[in-house]
Parts: sequence; C-alpha cells; structure tokens
Amino acid sequence: MARTLFEKIWNDHVVVGEAGRPAVLYVDLHLIHEVTSPQAFAGLRARGLKVRRPERTVATMDHSTPTLPKALQVIDEQARAQLSQLEKNCAEFGIRLFALGNDKNGIVHVVGPERGFTQPGMTIVCGDSHTSTHGAFGSLAFGIGTSEVEHVLASQCLLQSRPKTMEVRIDGTLSPLVTAKDIILAVIAQIGTGGGTGYVIEYTGSAIRALDMEARMTVCNMSIEAGARAGLIAPDEKTFEYVKGREFAPAGAAWDAAVERWKKLPTDAGATYDTLVTLEADKIEPMITYGTHPGMAVPVTQALPAAADFSAGSERQAFEKAMVYMGLEGGHSLVGQKVDVVFVGSCTNGRISDLRLAASVLKGRHVAVGVRVLIVPGSQEVKRQAEAEGLDRIFTEAGAEWREAGCSMCIAMNGDQLSPGQYAVSTSNRNFEGRQGKGGRTFLASPATAAASAVTGKVTDVRTLAAV
Amino acid sequence: MASFTKITSHAVVIPSENIDTDQIIPARFLKVLDKDGLGKSLFCDWRYLPDGTNVPDFPLNYAASEGAQVLIAGDNFGCGSSREHAPWALVGWGIRVVISTSFADIFKGNSLKNGLLPVVVSQDIHQKLLAAQAANPKAQVTVDLAQNLLTLPDGSTTAFPVDSFAQHCLLHGIDQLGYILSFDDKIKVFEAAHSYAS
Ligand code: SF4
Repeated sequence: MARTLFEKIWNDHVVVGEAGRPAVLYVDLHLIHEVTSPQAFAGLRARGLKVRRPERTVATMDHSTPTLPKALQVIDEQARAQLSQLEKNCAEFGIRLFALGNDKNGIVHVVGPERGFTQPGMTIVCGDSHTSTHGAFGSLAFGIGTSEVEHVLASQCLLQSRPKTMEVRIDGTLSPLVTAKDIILAVIAQIGTGGGTGYVIEYTGSAIRALDMEARMTVCNMSIEAGARAGLIAPDEKTFEYVKGREFAPAGAAWDAAVERWKKLPTDAGATYDTLVTLEADKIEPMITYGTHPGMAVPVTQALPAAADFSAGSERQAFEKAMVYMGLEGGHSLVGQKVDVVFVGSCTNGRISDLRLAASVLKGRHVAVGVRVLIVPGSQEVKRQAEAEGLDRIFTEAGAEWREAGCSMCIAMNGDQLSPGQYAVSTSNRNFEGRQGKGGRTFLASPATAAASAVTGKVTDVRTLAAV
Repeated sequence: MASFTKITSHAVVIPSENIDTDQIIPARFLKVLDKDGLGKSLFCDWRYLPDGTNVPDFPLNYAASEGAQVLIAGDNFGCGSSREHAPWALVGWGIRVVISTSFADIFKGNSLKNGLLPVVVSQDIHQKLLAAQAANPKAQVTVDLAQNLLTLPDGSTTAFPVDSFAQHCLLHGIDQLGYILSFDDKIKVFEAAHSYAS
C-alpha cells in the first residue's frame, strides 16, 4: 500500500502497538540541554535507573549561556547551577556533552544537523518544541516535556498516539528577497496557531524542493507555531549531500547502505494525507508579525487588520489585547514603525546562510543611530565559518554587535533582552508577550527584513532598501 | 504521580485565547533544578505589577479565586514552548483541571503526566461556564474522570473526551515510565532487529 513519509518512519519505530493504547515508539536520537533535563535526571536517580543508550543521547548548553565575546560570564547563580548540573549528569551517565566553551557548542537544533547526528528516517526528540527543525532531513522530530525526557533516558522509548497527517504543498518560485521564513510565516498566518494541532505536516511542492537544507530547517522549525507535532520534508540529493562527511554521519559501506535506505523514505505516489493546504510561492511576500503570536502576520507592506475587521467576539478581543500590548493601531502597514533592537539569530535563522543574507544587506551600510543590533550565530561552527568569510567584519563595521553562539534573545534567559516597551525586529520564532524580555515587543521576520530594518531604524521592506 | 478521580470546585476564568506557556510561566523561572515552588510565579507577568504587588484585576488575584482547583481558559490553551514547568506551575498553585475548547498537544501530554486534567468542551458549554462563573464566582463545577462527565453549576452534565489510556493512568496513578519499562523484552527485540538502531 502506498505510504507517506510519516507512515514509513512511524511504522519503522513502533515497538509495541496495541489497539486503544498509545504506541511505544523507539527514539533514535535524544538531544538534551540544560533547562528541561535536570528534573529528568533527578527522576532517574530517584528510581536507580541508568540511561539506556547514552550513545544515542547528545547534550549541549544553549538556552541560558552568555553570548558576550570572550566573557563567558553566566548571568546568574541559578543558570550556573543548571549548567554545572548538566555537566555532572552527563559525566555520571556517560553522555556526550558540547559544553559552554567547547568549539562544537551551539543551539541544540543547529548542532544536531551540523555534526551529522540528524539523519533521514530517524525519530528524534528533545525537551524543546523546536525539535521540529530536524524534520527538514525527513526525520520524525518533535518536542517533548521533561517527564518524557526521563522516559527516553531510561527506556529509549516514548508513548505516543499516532498523529494525523497534513500536506502543505507550496508550488511555484519565490521572488527575490523572499525567504523560507516568509514561507512559514505565510503558512501559519493561513492555518492559524492551532491549525496544525494533532497533525504532522509534510511540506511538499516545487518551492520546497528548491530550498537548500538550511532553508528547509527554517520552515520545519516553526511547524510547532502552527500547533503541529512535527514538520517533515522528504529527503533528496540535497539532504544526502548535506549529511555526507559530517562527523557523526555514517561513512564507507555504512553510508552507502544508509543512502539506499533513505531513498525509500519519500511518500509513495498515491499515498494520501488526512488534509491538504496549498500556497503559491509566487504570491508570498516578505512577511512580518504584528501581534503576540506567530499567526498574527501579514506581508510587510500590507495594512494590519483593524478592530472593525473582526466581528465582536473572542477573535476581536484577542486582536485588541495584542494591539494594546504592542502599542500599535491597526489599519495601516508596519513599514516606517520605529524599532529599537534588531536580533538576527536563533534555531530558526541563526545558520550561515542566514548570516550571509543579513550581511549582504548590511554590507557597505550602517545601522541607524540608536538601534541596537545583535548578530548571534547559532553555533560555534557557524561563528567560525562566518568569520572565515569576513561576515563578522561586515557586521561590526555596520555597527552591529557580533556575539558568541547561543539562544540569546530568542528566549531572553541569558541577559540578552529587550527593555519594557522596546520594539524589536527578530529572526527568532516567537513573539509572545515578554518572550524577548518583560514588556518587550517583537516583530518576527526574515534576516533580510531584519537587516533592512536595522539600516533604517524602522520596519522596512527589504526590496525597497536600495532606494533608501 | 497523584491519582485523580473526581473534583468539585469553583473556577478561575482567564478567557484569553492562545495562552502560551511563556505566559503561564515566563522563561526566567525555568532556571530551576526541581519541580516545586513554581506556583508563586504562575502567570507572573499578568499577575504582578513591576513593584511585585498584585495586579488587582487579574483573575488569579480575586479573593473569590482562592482555593479554586479549576481554570477555565480560551481556545488553544498551552501553545508554544514544551516546558513542563507550565503544568508544574499550575499544579503548584492548586489547579487540577483546565477547561478550554482546545489544547496544544505537548501541553496536554505534559499535564496528564502531572495529575492535571485538560477538559475539552464545546463552544456552547464554554459560553455557559463563563456565564455561570460571571454570575457567581463561587459557582461549582464537578469533573468526574471515571465517568468523563463534567457537571455544570446548573446541574446539567456533559461528557468530555478523554484518551482511555491517559484516563486509566490518571485514575490509578499509574506511572508511564513503569509501563514502558514493562516492555523491556520487546525493546530489546526491536533493537536487535534494527541493526542500525544498535
Ligand atoms: S533558539 Fe529559541 S527556539 Fe531555538 S532552541 Fe533556543 S530558545 Fe528554543
């Protein structure tokens, strides 16, 4: 029978599938970080359990790590305690750790693919909702809670009820300066932040096939912002090319065998999904969010809705509440809106291609007076690569801050944060109230839009920048 | 895990839709090594003024809310971050049931593992609950997990969907890790059969 990519991976990993019960699903790769793991290790200890497969477990430090160059000063005692607890846990249970200061350290969802841990056909979990990123390789990857981190540590398995499948098909060609970030913001704006709840999304279509691996990661990364359990893209030659030769990728005969296996993963002709959503790539424009969840997004040049556009009820209340928090009025576009901070980074847009794009906009230009611009590479490897290409100099000459790797202002746990009332254009993935610092106001956008806005000090349509 | 059978309580209402886990417990409170003590930071940025005093018109701060074990919230509750600190904080404050028209997946799973029951109701029932609570903040609802039955303040009842396995675990306080580990033999067979998995 014709099967989807999701069904193939799912069926391959069911250890126990009894009717009326969630499946016991085998986990190939478990990624952990300092924030969502301490209680899980404490649980193991309390029960006298071991980590079942330490070699399938990889740890990094990212959420609360400092990003100030050369000053690896942890923000506070609590963060320090969490980092040293992770170090202790990894040493005790024999888990590979890319600690703060290690030259392979970085954001968990950047490090996994970059080191070759992430491979097609795998099941991958992490106590972090953006684990969906790894779906770009055709692996079933999703975020879990801390109790489940404990389950996987102890058993290498998870209890999962089988999700439904959604195909999001995007055909056509993206216009210049329209990016993967704009695709996924357009998808979320279309289906809503709960539109994917209960589903695993597979992104298909010519526009998706045309994306490089880093862009595919950006798309899959934000699947969770549509409520989806995971996002998937079928592996192809680009996928194999990306994985090949990486430190923890199969090599030699094992590589050939793996590629043979991976080639069978894509959805069979005639397989069906539970639901279908389509978008036309040609019509997607640079997108920006204006409200307090990622579904409140519009093309940057388009007027925001106004309260009158909603009939009275909860949707209107939500809109009005968001506009009060954001200090905005509806009815006109965000172009020209003053910004205080620009953040380029995170597991959504902190890879080398994102930094190249931001640099191409900033090159030979200067950031506007009074605007603080933070460029935070997703990993130490991305940082080295950017420096080898001279991107760091483009950034610093333009007046931006060039930082160490980490989650930084995406989650504002390490001291990098907005002040109350400040506006930021950010390449991260969440614009929730206070996400980037208490009282801070976030506009999510692509690295191109963020860099253009840094130059003018205002929300800017990057396509008009040459004329500024 | 604490078992859950039946709860009768008045409710706190936070009607906003899409309440994300960053609101339930902001990231700066995640730098902890245990699960306890998060109740005081529940909804911190909506609940306290910058000087640390209560926001008077935030529902958790109403005198009538004291002792409530039920939270009624808007659609898509618990979206965003997978942090289990969100159910830990809700339970830490005293909440055992959240009623909404829908929940985010990961939040739902996390809650069920912490003795916190997400109850999905129709728009209609949701409206009725809001109206009843507005009329009387001490109006009681009963959530009976064994029967999966919600009793509204007017005495009418409605069934709510609950995953039968989760129901079983919650009712009997069954620990899911113990359940998974009971399949150790099958996990070993799986690992042996999948050479790439070993
Ligand atoms: S960059 Fe942001 S979204 Fe990504 S792992 Fe870090 S905190 Fe989570």
